[in-house]
Parts: sequence; structure tokens; C-alpha cells
Amino acid sequence: MTVAADRHQSRVVAARPALLEDRATHYCPGCGHGVIHRLLAEVLGEMGLGPRTIAVAAVGCAVFAYDYLHVDFVEAQHGRAPAVATGIRRVRPDAFVLTYQGDGDLAAIGTAEIIHAAGRGEGITVVFVNNGIYGMTGGQMAPTTLLGQKTTSTPLGRDARTAGYPLPITEMLAILPGVAYAARGSLASPSAIGKTKAMLRRACEVQEVDGGFGIVEVLSNCPVGWGMTPVKSIEHLTMVAETYPLGVLADRTRPEAHR
Amino acid sequence: MTALAHGVQDRPVETRDPGTRSPAPERILLKGNEAIAEAAIQAGCDAYFGYPITPQAEVLEWMARRMPEEGRAFVQAESEIGAISMALGAAATGARVMVSTSSPGFSLMAEGMSYLAGSELPVVLLNVMRGGPGLGSIGPAQGDYLQAVKGHGHGDYRIPVLAPSSIAEAIALVADAFEIAERYRTPVILLADGILGQAMEPVVPVYRNPARREADWALTGADGRPPRVVKSLHLRPEDLEAHNDHLQAKFRAIAAAEVRWAGEDLEDADLVIVAYGTAARVARTAVARARAGGLMAGLFRPISLWPFPNDALSSIAATARAVLVVELSAGQMVEDVRLAVEGRAPVLFHGRTGGMVPSPDEVVDALRAAWSRTPARDGGGR
Repeated sequence: MTVAADRHQSRVVAARPALLEDRATHYCPGCGHGVIHRLLAEVLGEMGLGPRTIAVAAVGCAVFAYDYLHVDFVEAQHGRAPAVATGIRRVRPDAFVLTYQGDGDLAAIGTAEIIHAAGRGEGITVVFVNNGIYGMTGGQMAPTTLLGQKTTSTPLGRDARTAGYPLPITEMLAILPGVAYAARGSLASPSAIGKTKAMLRRACEVQEVDGGFGIVEVLSNCPVGWGMTPVKSIEHLTMVAETYPLGVLADRTRPEAHR
Repeated sequence: MTALAHGVQDRPVETRDPGTRSPAPERILLKGNEAIAEAAIQAGCDAYFGYPITPQAEVLEWMARRMPEEGRAFVQAESEIGAISMALGAAATGARVMVSTSSPGFSLMAEGMSYLAGSELPVVLLNVMRGGPGLGSIGPAQGDYLQAVKGHGHGDYRIPVLAPSSIAEAIALVADAFEIAERYRTPVILLADGILGQAMEPVVPVYRNPARREADWALTGADGRPPRVVKSLHLRPEDLEAHNDHLQAKFRAIAAAEVRWAGEDLEDADLVIVAYGTAARVARTAVARARAGGLMAGLFRPISLWPFPNDALSSIAATARAVLVVELSAGQMVEDVRLAVEGRAPVLFHGRTGGMVPSPDEVVDALRAAWSRTPARDGGGR
């Protein structure tokens, strides 16, 4: 051990959050889910929510979130996580209720459930991971896939004439009066990750303080599905944000925070 | 008319006999849907989720008014898919949960049923059957028998199905359904039809609130204990096979312990009608008319459609000249009857579809035809 390291050993700069299990994940190298899990574990831990959290795992790569986050979990059918969370919310008023959903889950098969949970203003927090692709099933087009983006089901690139346009679902949700907080963050850089953590925290606060519905969309990467190196895929997120602008889309408990 | 009743713990399933009951219960006129809804509330239902569909909308409406009065959860969902998903979430926390629907909505709930079965979550699910296929009609039917008993969602699983034949029995079976659901950690289907849901009958309601079982699997927050996970995903083949083995053992236990049926006038019956629900009500009248005309008929009424009362029906069929199955369908339960009877007696069928209900005289005619088309039993002189 060097002298320099010894001098700093009493000051922990970064450590594994207590709510993040100490184990390797099944995620592909460079995948953003690991970062988002960590952010979530940090926020839940800092807010002391772990022992009261009942989380809903959604179908997709992150269905195994329950293997990594040290909280109670129920596994939902594909797309139904917001309805499952509603059921929990209504019988467990003291619980902190969370869903963790991908873009295929939330923005395609689960549109009815997310829109109506938001419309009812359910007191739940939704973590919406948008990587523009169906990762688990092999990289098919998602509703969020960018125009021109090649996937295994749009081999020539997404063509709006036959496959429609990217769905800005968080903007669609943000107009609903039942939504207390809606924001879009990104994993594009350390500073973007810091802002995303603040958004996650706010989405948890609106549930805790006001019993409100909060959603944070996180622009994440899929190096394998995109056919990019992890570094390239992170750089690509800046381009993704041209279709999906970052920022707070609604904060009805703090109207001055709007983008 | 004699009545045999076979219920778990020897509890009578017919409630016409007042028996021992708490202070002077009042005889009141109840609509089936509302009686079932109130029975669920009296059985301690913590949460109800539904979507409007005829002919069961009164269940939703009753719950919308009564559940908040009791401080319980009620949500009108965005769809039947939403409703059963909400039920899955609430049940995962250990709550006592009910959903209700009618045939087209039952199809939408199929996904959730598979997940409830795979995740071993107790939910009571009422299907007030209407005419099908497709949008069909809003009239009474029993065309969802195969779906309820053998179908619904994907995968290797069974769900207990209870079929009341009167409003009083429906009230009793609601409590039984919650009890079975929690005892075995399984969804339970209550299978009724449009007549049972819409008709009004004078009833002395006997409500029951089954004792709660400790749910050491329920999600309550990992406070001072390791996290719990309620799930149906087991990616490793070894794990999923072990899970399926566990489920199958449970289904065998249910099949052994939860068979229910009732018999009427079977002791000297040459002709045995097998019918459930509203069809059994018609059959009961037909049995009386047939006997008045000299035909010795009896009624075998399955109450649990799964597990089906195979053994009881098999032994009764062994001495019968013929078995006549009567359904509000083109013939669905008749397949299970044939499996149970295994050729011990000829099995004939009479059914109506589309919301049509056979008249008692129609059934008597079918009994006469059964008599004339079948030979006398060897050694039986009747």
C-alpha cells in the first residue's frame, strides 16, 4: 500500500450501495442497466426506502433486477408492471412502490397500463429504461427505435412509411394531470448520470411526499444490440438525445422546474 | 326429493336447510351478481379489480359502492388485463383479492391466470359466462367450460373451478374459493352464467369469513428479513422442471381433497342427468317431471368442475341405464363425463347455445329418447 493511498483510506469516495447485491450481473459488457441499478440502489438507500420498497420487475433484460437489488420484488407479465404496481399501491399504503421497465415493455405492449396508471395518478415511481431496442430477444425494433436505425427486424433501417415514428412516450405522459413528475435523463456522461440520479430522487420524492406518480426515462445503451463497442454506444447516446431531448418534462409539485 | 351433498369437511353445500345459524337471519331477495359481490366483502376481500362487461357489471358496481365503505381497495381497471394484473400485484402482498368478468373478458384474463398459477398467487376470479364465440351475446351460456377447466393461459397448470347452481350456493362458494385459494396458493375460478348473475332469488344469506393463513412468502418490504421474490420465471431447465414438479404435486393434492358434487334422487335412478349451474336447475325440474311420468331419473351435479368428481360419477354410472349430460353449450363438460364414465353406461347429450336455455320438457323428452335408445342393464329390472 502506498503512502498516498494510506492517507486517503479513511475517506470512502465510492462504495457499493448497501441495497446493491455483491454479485456479478448477467448483463452484457458495457450495458447501462448496471449503472441504473446502482443509481437506484443509491437513491433508495439515501432516502431510507429499502425496507419499505416493493418493486415490480418487468419482462426484458432487467427482469432479473431482483437478483441485484436488495428489496422485495414481484415479477409482472410483459407490459403490465404499472397495473401490478397499482394493485400493490392500493393494498399497501405504507409501501414504496417501484417499477423498472424497458422500452419494449413500457412503450409497446404496456402502453395501456402505463397510460392509465399515470392517468389515475397512482403513487408509484417508474424507472423507464430506453435503449431503443428489444435487447433480450435479439435486437428487434422497439417503438423507441430511431428512424434509420438498423435492427434485426428493420434490417434496412427503420422506415417511417412502414414502421412508423419513434414514440416519445414520456412527453405523452407528461401532459397528463395525474403525473406529478416526468423527466428524461441519460447515461451519456458522468454529469448526465449525476443529473439522472437527481431525477430518480425527485421521482421517488413525489411518491413519498405527495403520493404522486413519477417517471424517469433513462436513455441507455445496448452495445450488443446496436453492434457497437461500449464506448461507441455511450458516445451514440448524444445523438439519441436529439430525438429524445433531456430534461424535466413535468413537475407539478414544483412548476418552476419545467424545461 | 332426497339430497346428497359432498363438500369438504362434510359441510353441506346446499343452504336451504337453516341448520345452525346466528340470530334469526332474514330471508331477502338477492340478485346473483350482487350476492356474490357482498359475499366476497363478507369473506374479507381486501381488494377488487374489474372492468365493465355484461352480464356481470353489477359486481363491479356493487364493489364500487361497498368496498370504499369498508375501507377496502376498488379499482375500475383499463381492461381485464389491467384488472387481473392489479390482482396479481395485490395478491403478491398477501391481500385477499377478487376479480370478476364475463366471457370475452375471461379470455383477456388468460395471460394473468397463467402467471398467477406460475407465481402461486391466491386470487378468486368470477366468470359470469355469456354466449360466444367472439362478442357472442349477453345471454346465459356455459360455453367457457373447456376454457375454465382446461384452457385459459399457457403452460402446465390447473386452476380449481367451482360452479354454483343457486345464489345461496354461490354465496357459500365465494368463501370456499378464498379458502382454497389461500390454502394451496392458487387462483380459483367461480364459474357462473348470465342467469345466475342476473336472476333474483329469495335467500337467507350465510356469509363466512375464512381464517387468514400466515403468508410467509408475501411481499411486505424487506424490513429485518431477506428480500422476497414472487415470480414465475425459472430460466434453468432443472429449476423450471423442479417448479413444475412442485406445482403438479399441489394439483394432485387439490384433486384428492377438493372434489365437490351433489346428487338428487340418484338411489333408484335408471337415468342420470349430469348438469351444473343453471343447467342443473332445469335438470332438477325435469327429474321431478320425469318421475311423475314414471321415468326414474336422478341428478348428478358437479360443483367442482376441476377437480371433476370422476370417482363418484363413475360408480353411479355403473348402475345407470344411461347418462344424459345437459349443458348450455354444444357439449363441453360431456367430454369429462365420458372420461369419468369410461363406457360403463351410454352417455348422451342435450344442449342449447347462444343464450337459449333448454326447457324442462325438452330435457324430459331427451330422457325419454335416452330410455328408448338404450338397453336395460344386465340384471337390472328397472
